[in-house]
Amino acid sequence: MPDWVVSVVVPVLSVLAALGLWELISRTEVISQRDLPAMSTTVQALWSMVQTSAFWTALGETVRGWAIGLGLAAALAIPIGIALGSSDFAASAFRVPIEFLRPIPSAALIPLLFLTLGTNLKSEVFLATFGAFWPLLVQTMYGVHDVDPIAIDTARSFRLGRLERLYRVTLPSALPYIMTGVRISSTVALILAFTAELFMGTPGLGQSLNQVETFGLNDQIYALALATGFLGVAIHFAVTALEKRVLRWHPSQRKGTA
Amino acid sequence: MSPRAYRSAKIAAEITVPILLVVAWQLYTVARDDPKFPRPTTILAEFQDLWLFSQFDAHVVPSLERIGLGFAIAVVLGVALGIPLGLSRIGRSAAMPHIEYWRAIPPPALLPISIILLHSIGNLQKVSFIAFFCIFPVLLNTIYGVRGIEPTLIDTARSYRVPAHERIRRIVFPAALPQIFAGMRTSLALAVIVMVLSEYFSSTSGVGYVLLISKNTFEFKPMWAAILLIGVLGYLLNLLFLLVERHVLAWHRGWRAATPL
Repeated sequence: MPDWVVSVVVPVLSVLAALGLWELISRTEVISQRDLPAMSTTVQALWSMVQTSAFWTALGETVRGWAIGLGLAAALAIPIGIALGSSDFAASAFRVPIEFLRPIPSAALIPLLFLTLGTNLKSEVFLATFGAFWPLLVQTMYGVHDVDPIAIDTARSFRLGRLERLYRVTLPSALPYIMTGVRISSTVALILAFTAELFMGTPGLGQSLNQVETFGLNDQIYALALATGFLGVAIHFAVTALEKRVLRWHPSQRKGTA
Repeated sequence: MSPRAYRSAKIAAEITVPILLVVAWQLYTVARDDPKFPRPTTILAEFQDLWLFSQFDAHVVPSLERIGLGFAIAVVLGVALGIPLGLSRIGRSAAMPHIEYWRAIPPPALLPISIILLHSIGNLQKVSFIAFFCIFPVLLNTIYGVRGIEPTLIDTARSYRVPAHERIRRIVFPAALPQIFAGMRTSLALAVIVMVLSEYFSSTSGVGYVLLISKNTFEFKPMWAAILLIGVLGYLLNLLFLLVERHVLAWHRGWRAATPL
């Protein structure tokens, strides 16, 4: 089969087939239309939703929570990761606390935040930052730890200062790891921003979902879930594109090595 | 500092820093004396009260069952789908849009739908929900693992007329196993998170349910004890998994040491 058939026609047909199947299952009442609104009904609900400003406000609020959370996590995790990654001593001093805090699912903190910080952007940002912090921290530590010691020694023998060594040797060589961390953390931050909205009622797509769920508006529940999925896909592609751009000099991004 | 003194100082730091942090937390909570932030000693006492073992059967066991069952289903399906997809370019191309979409969607967005579709807030809904989201790390890692196999291996087996199912059992599956385990580890951590989310959304038992009830009744002690328990569960499950992995992949570690990934 020619390349373009496999890479374009097959995926398109497969998506169309899935959408058709959805329509069929619902229209033939294999699953009742109340429980699974037909694809066309859902798309229609989504279409009328995207024409309201409330939808775009909610979307903007979710993206804001995601962006602030991810940004704060990066601003904290990257410097701390560099500090811990470049000193064996600091790394072992904080190994136990990190290993204990890291696996705590941020979801467990929701009720605590609800009752302490309250229903607002602060709670949402805290949750997203807490979740996004750990993957970034660990990736940065690995990356900095993995810098070729000969490169550092060479830089040192050329009398590069501490700062310049950091900027010219350590950071570029740790960057692929850091970008992997950014990719993982961006997914986590979105999940937690949305979770905060759904469970705590912070404004955003999650809160909208909570509202339509309370009223039992099933086609809107499906439409909102669909929209949230598209937001997830969009963020995933945006971050992957950023990674490609930032690492365009790196061998992993060369054509033909994929 | 001599290397030996440096090493002892490092070990000393590894032990003292966590202790200092806990002591600082204790002193802070004593000074603050706020019911929202109980002392670590109080949390530990509550932890012992609740989980060792008066509420263990009522709330910890159901959560563990859901994680275990959901995770197991996800691993079986992820590997069973991932091997053929890894071997077939067309299959991959057809499946990828779906995989990319479902793994990018934040899991809580599907919580209401899972309840509507399954007419359940019990084990059926919890286990399916956990299984659904845990499939993707296993599935993607299986696909990558299968694709990464040296083609000569498969070609050699084919030229020796090893039948397809034997090729998969003896070459493809073992070669992809390390990567499958990497996916399983991600899935296990995800299973804990998704378990808490689904129980906190709607349930009648489980650790997430304890969180929900303590929030609704403004009880901070059981809430902190539940948070601590979830942390400990995540830690122990990961530890257990690493032990199993080390055992199952014992044949593989020497090779891995020689070719860092």
